[in-house]
Amino acid sequence: MNTTVHAVLVILIASACTILTRIAPFLLFGRKKELPGIIKYLGSILPSAIMATLIVYCLRNSISIQPLRGIPEIISILVVILLHIWKRNTLISIAGGTAVYMVLIRFVFV
Amino acid sequence: MIRNRFKMLRFAFLQSVPVMFGYLFLGTAFGILLEKAGFNFIWAFFASLTVYAGSLQFVIVSFLSAGTALTTVALMSLFINSRHIFYGLSFIENFKKTGKAYPYMVFSLTDETYSILCSLQVPDGMNYNTVIFLIALLNQCYWIIGSVLGGLVGQMIPFDVTGIDFSMTALFVVIFLEQWKTSETHLPALTGFTCSILFLLLLGPDRFLLPSLVATVLLLSVCKPFIKIKEEK
Repeated sequence: MNTTVHAVLVILIASACTILTRIAPFLLFGRKKELPGIIKYLGSILPSAIMATLIVYCLRNSISIQPLRGIPEIISILVVILLHIWKRNTLISIAGGTAVYMVLIRFVFV
Repeated sequence: MIRNRFKMLRFAFLQSVPVMFGYLFLGTAFGILLEKAGFNFIWAFFASLTVYAGSLQFVIVSFLSAGTALTTVALMSLFINSRHIFYGLSFIENFKKTGKAYPYMVFSLTDETYSILCSLQVPDGMNYNTVIFLIALLNQCYWIIGSVLGGLVGQMIPFDVTGIDFSMTALFVVIFLEQWKTSETHLPALTGFTCSILFLLLLGPDRFLLPSLVATVLLLSVCKPFIKIKEEK
């Protein structure tokens, strides 16, 4: 497939699927008065499980293929955690951790 | 009337400031990555306009350069964003009342917009529907502006930006920490971690995400009687 056609399709499909996930609860439960118990329950506990999964997803190659590659990532994640406990400012935590990571992969763990 | 509208815009803007910084930064990172992958700022503009989902858009960059199969794209999009299904549940009643803005409110409910709306207290004399619409709209504007800037600046940046994609990992870590602090039980987070690492080691980096999420949902559904959750407001 042509690269441009592929790219357009990827974006359109990603858009359609994202819209589907956002519209789903309104389609399913928009007319009901009371939400089913299991949906309420999942709605409240899933976000933290999913965030944990997404963190592992970001580190997937380091964990399974190149464990050494993971050292700068682990250090930078610790920096993010410490910065966040100290300042509790999302931007500072993200910018600080990313800066440390970019320095580490250039000058320390080349 | 116009004065009141200005006040509402000002209020909405103030609520959205933390997201503004986050989105401009992450949007720029996305634009730069996309540009590095061979797709300029026009692509970044349309991706951020139509997809508008932070984590997914970063994954899309790798889909684009790898020529990933479209079925994989669809499944990954559904699963990465499946958490959104649970965001909407809290706003079914509120969004219905927004009239013409209803479809846009549903479309634009990102993690960050969701978190602002959850804690929003609208002052007397201001229209709640207008304020939440303005917040949602401002947030997407930041995201688009960041992406386009990243695409434009990416073409001019003389130095190497390898590693800027770590900002996505950092964002997840920050959201995770916030959830960890506010949740009564850490069992869901630990289940997510255990399942994903287990499936990663079993199935490898390209195939673990979907089975891991399904296993997590099933396990947590089974554990329902043992997990205490906060009562609805």
